[in-house]
Amino acid sequence: MHMDNLNLNGNVPSGDLADKWTTYRSTLPLVAPNNKLKIEIIVVGTGLAGASAAATLGELGYLVKCYTFHDSPRRAHSIAAQGGINAAKNYRNDGDSVFRLFYDTIKGGDYRSREANVYRLAEVSTSIIDQAVAQGVPFAREYGGLLDNRSFGGVQVSRTFYARGQTGQQLLLGAYQSLSRQIALGNVKMFTRHEMIELVLKDGKARGIIARNLLTGELEKHGAHAVVLATGGYGNVFYLSTNAMNCNVTAAMRAVAKGAFMANPCFTQIHPTCIPQMGEYQSKLTLMSESLRNDGRVWVPAKKEDAKAIRDGVKTALDIPEADRDYFLERRYPAFGNLVPRDVASRAAKTACDEGNGIVPTGLGVFLDFSAAIERYGKSKANILGLSNPAHAKVIELGEKVIEEKYGNLFEMYEKISGENPYKFPMKIYPAVHYTMGGLWVDYNLMTNVPGLFSIGESNFSDHGANRLGASALMQGLADGYFVLPYTIGTFLSEDISTPKLDVHAPEFTAAADLAKQRIDKLFAIKGKQSAESFHRRLGKIIWEYCGMSRTAEGLTSARQQVRALRDEFYADLYLPGVANDLNPELEKALRVADFIDLGEIMVVDALDRNESCGGHFREEYQTPDGEALRRDDEYAYVSAWEFKGADQDPILHKEMLHFDNVELKTRSYK
Amino acid sequence: MKLTLKIWRQPSQNVKGKFETYSLDNVSEHMSFLEMLDVLNEKLSFEQKVPIAFEHDCREGICGTCSLVINGQPHGPLQGTTTCQLHMRNFKDGETIVIEPYRASAFPVLKDLSVDRGALDRIIQAGGFISVSTGQAQDANAIPIEKDVASHAFDAATCIGCGACVAACPNSSAMLFTSAKVAHLALLPQGKVEAQKRVLNMVRQMDLENFGNCSNITACEAECPKGISVSNIALMNREFLSASFSSNDAN
Ligand SMILES: Cc1cc2nc3c(=O)[nH]c(=O)nc-3n(C[C@H](O)[C@H](O)[C@H](O)COP(=O)(O)OP(=O)(O)OC[C@H]3O[C@@H](n4cnc5c(N)ncnc54)[C@H](O)[C@@H]3O)c2cc1C
Ligand code: SF4
Ligand code: FES
Repeated sequence: MHMDNLNLNGNVPSGDLADKWTTYRSTLPLVAPNNKLKIEIIVVGTGLAGASAAATLGELGYLVKCYTFHDSPRRAHSIAAQGGINAAKNYRNDGDSVFRLFYDTIKGGDYRSREANVYRLAEVSTSIIDQAVAQGVPFAREYGGLLDNRSFGGVQVSRTFYARGQTGQQLLLGAYQSLSRQIALGNVKMFTRHEMIELVLKDGKARGIIARNLLTGELEKHGAHAVVLATGGYGNVFYLSTNAMNCNVTAAMRAVAKGAFMANPCFTQIHPTCIPQMGEYQSKLTLMSESLRNDGRVWVPAKKEDAKAIRDGVKTALDIPEADRDYFLERRYPAFGNLVPRDVASRAAKTACDEGNGIVPTGLGVFLDFSAAIERYGKSKANILGLSNPAHAKVIELGEKVIEEKYGNLFEMYEKISGENPYKFPMKIYPAVHYTMGGLWVDYNLMTNVPGLFSIGESNFSDHGANRLGASALMQGLADGYFVLPYTIGTFLSEDISTPKLDVHAPEFTAAADLAKQRIDKLFAIKGKQSAESFHRRLGKIIWEYCGMSRTAEGLTSARQQVRALRDEFYADLYLPGVANDLNPELEKALRVADFIDLGEIMVVDALDRNESCGGHFREEYQTPDGEALRRDDEYAYVSAWEFKGADQDPILHKEMLHFDNVELKTRSYK
Repeated sequence: MKLTLKIWRQPSQNVKGKFETYSLDNVSEHMSFLEMLDVLNEKLSFEQKVPIAFEHDCREGICGTCSLVINGQPHGPLQGTTTCQLHMRNFKDGETIVIEPYRASAFPVLKDLSVDRGALDRIIQAGGFISVSTGQAQDANAIPIEKDVASHAFDAATCIGCGACVAACPNSSAMLFTSAKVAHLALLPQGKVEAQKRVLNMVRQMDLENFGNCSNITACEAECPKGISVSNIALMNREFLSASFSSNDAN
C-alpha cells in the first residue's frame, strides 16, 4: 500500500506540471502485444467511463470482460447528461488554453483536488472531441460547418461542446458503438444483467468479482488480472436526485468492505436548476440543464407578500413589476451573475427561500426567466431579417424560435412534467442532488489503495475537488476511459505478465461467493414488514436534511445516530418478497439500500470531520460575515480517505495532503 | 383518481402468463405512470405479495429502458412520449387500464412486463459503428459538416433503442430502429467509408434475429417516442440496394 502511517501518497510523477503526463506516458512500463493476449481485465460499468475503457482496452489487445446491471450497455446513466462537454480547444479564440481549463477546474473545485490529475484532464480534453467526432457524434455546428460552443457556470470562456440537450446520449452512443465493435470482434465479452456484488482479492490484489446474474439469481465467479470499477456516483443515497433510479453505490462499497478507501464522501453536488418536488410519491427529480443559465435570469419577488401571493396562486410571475423582482445572483455576484458555479447558485437559492421568498407551495422554488433573452434574440433576429420597427409580438415570436432551437427539448420536458408553458411563464426551479465528487480514492494511475483495483469516471474522487464545474464530468469519464487508464493500467499489469489465468475454483472465489450468499440469505431471513424502498426514502430524508446544502456539527451528530438506528430497523424489519434464484428487483433494491446506509454513515462522519466550508460542503459554523464559505487551508487542504472497519466501528481517516505549486490558493470570489 | 388495472403477470419465460386485475385508489394526476406502478408495488409488498416486474431507469425519456403496452399502444396514448414521461393526468377517474409487455418473437418475455431486447444490441454489433480506434482521430474541425446535414444526422441519432417500433409493427419489424442508425452514420462524411458494408451486415443481422419484414404500415413512426421518421427506412432501402449491387464484401 502507498501509505506511511496515515498519510497517503498520490504517486504523482515528478517534473514540470505541463510536461508531467507526456513524459510519464512515454516512460510507463508497457505490456507487449503477445502478452496482452494472455491478460484479462474486468471492467464493471458501461457508462462513458466504462464503455470507453472497455473499448480501448479491447482495441489494445487485452481480453476484456465487461459487466452492467442494465439490459444493454447503452442504458447507463451517462445517457441522461444534457448540457455538454468541456475541452480546451480555444476554437472561439477567446483566450482559452489547457492552463486556463486546469485553473478553472482547480478553482471551481475550491482547491481540494490534486493539481497533476486536473492538469492531465485539461490536457487530454481536446483529444476527446476529436475522437467523438470521428465516431460520428453529431455535435452542434455553425453555418460554416465548424463546431459550435456555449458557456457553462464558473468560467468566462466558451469551451463547452454540445449536441442539443442530449450531449450525454450522443457521447455514450459513440462509446457504445466502439464497444459494440469490440464485442463483435471478440475482444470484449459483454455480460449484461449482471450485478457485481462482491470483489475477490487474492494475495492482497484484486483478481475478480462475484456477479449476480439478475435473470437467474446465480452467483457467478469471474476472474481477471485486474478489476476496473466504472460504476458511477452515489447521489441516490439522497433517495431523491437527478440520477437514474438504479444508480447505486454497491460496487464501490463492496470494494470499501475489502479495504479500498472512500475519499471525500461528503463532497456532493447540489445542482441549482431542477424541477421542484411536488409530492411524497415522487420517485426522482429532473434536471434542467445548466446551459439554461446562459439565457435565463434567476429571481424571486423582492417583497414577501408577493412571494406569498404567488405561492397561494393569487398572483403569477407576470404580475410582479420589474422593480419588485430580486435578481439575487446578479445582485450578489455582479461579475459572474447567473453563471456563478453550482454550489454558489444553489446556496443563494436556498437563502432566498429560507428568507421566505420562495414561489412554489412548499416554499422551495425560485424563478428562471427567459423573457429578457427572448426579447433580445427576437430583436437581433428582426435586425438580421431587415425588419424595421417590428411589432412586439413579432419580436417575441422570433425570439421564442431562437430559444426553441437552443433548448427546445428541455422546454418540452419541463412542460411535460410541470404542465406549464415555459415560453410564457418563467420556469420554477430548485436545487437537487446531482453529482458526487467523492468516491473511491485513487492515485495518479487511477488505482485504488488495493493493488489491481482501478476506479474511473464518477466512481472515483479524482478531479473535481469539493465542487465540479458544469460539463466536466463527461470530460473526466471519457478522459479516464479513452486516454488515461489504458496507459496507466500497464504499471500494474506489466508486473503480472507471467501470472496465469485466474482459477475461479480457488478458495478466495468460493469464500467471496459464500459471503454474498450469506448477505442475501440474511435479508430474506428478516421477514419483517417494511419495503426496501421505504427505508431508502427515510435514509434520503436524513441525509438531505443534515448533510445536504448546509451542515452543522450538531445536525451531523444527530444524523449519525439516526442512520445507525435506521440500519438496526432495516435488519430487523425488512420485508423482502420473492426468492433469491429468480429475477427479483426487490432483492436488488434491498442489497443496494443496505450499502447506501453504510455509505450514509461514512458521509456524515466525513462532513463532521471537515471543520471548514468549501465547495459543496457548507458548514454553517464556518462562514464569512456576508454568508460566503470560509475555507481553512491551513488545516484542511487534504483529501480524506476513509478506511471502513465494519458498520459497528468508527472508520479510520487517512489523509492525502494537497500541494499547490502552480496556483495560488485564493478565496474563491465570483463577485 | 380511482383506477382498475389489468396487468400481465408471467412468472418466467417458459411459464404461461395471464392478466390479473388490481384496483388502486388515491392516484394523483401529477404522478407519472411508473410512479403509479410504484405505488401499486408498494401496496402489494405491504400485502406480502410479489410486486410486478417492469423495467425503467432514467425516468426522463432518454435511456430507452421503460417499455409497456398501455391500452394497446407501446408507451401509451401520448404521442412523442415514453412511458416514464406519461402522467396520470392523461387518464380518467374510474378508467380501466390494460398493461402488457411488448409482444414480438424477437423480444421474449422474461417476467411480467420485462422483455429481452438484446437483439437490438446485436444489430448494432453487426455494423452500427464507425471503425475508428482510440487515438486515431484527426482534429475535430478538420471535417466541416454542413449544419443541416449534421442536424439531419442528429435527428436519426436520437433513437433511444426502446423497441416500441417493433412492438407497434404488426410484422414486428425492426426497420425503423435499424434504419435510424444506418442513416445517422451514412449521412456523415466520417460514416460514408463503411456505409455499404454496414447496411448489408446490419440488415442481415436483423433478419437473423427473427424480426419481420416491413410492409410500409408506418405504425412504427406513429408510436416512436422520439419521432424517428420512416424516411430513414427509405434511405436504408436505397443504401441497401446500391450496396447489394455494387459489392459483396459484407462479413
Ligand atoms: C441529469 C444529469 C445531467 C448531466 N449532465 C451533464 C452534462 O451536461 N455534462 C457533464 O459533464 N456531466 C453531466 N452529468 C454528470 C455525468 O452525466 C455523470 O457524472 C457521468 O455520466 C458518469 O459516468 P460514469 O461512466 O462514471 O457512470 P454511469 O454512466 O453512471 O455508469 C455506471 C455504469 O456502471 C454500471 N454499474 C454500476 N454498479 C454496478 C454493479 N454493481 N454491477 C454491474 N454494473 C454496475 C451501470 O450499469 C452503468 O453501466 C449529468 C448528470 C445527470 C444526473
Ligand atoms: S426508432 Fe423510435 S421506437 Fe424504435 S427503438 Fe428508436 S426510439 Fe424506440
Ligand atoms: S425510463 Fe428511461 S426512457 Fe423511460
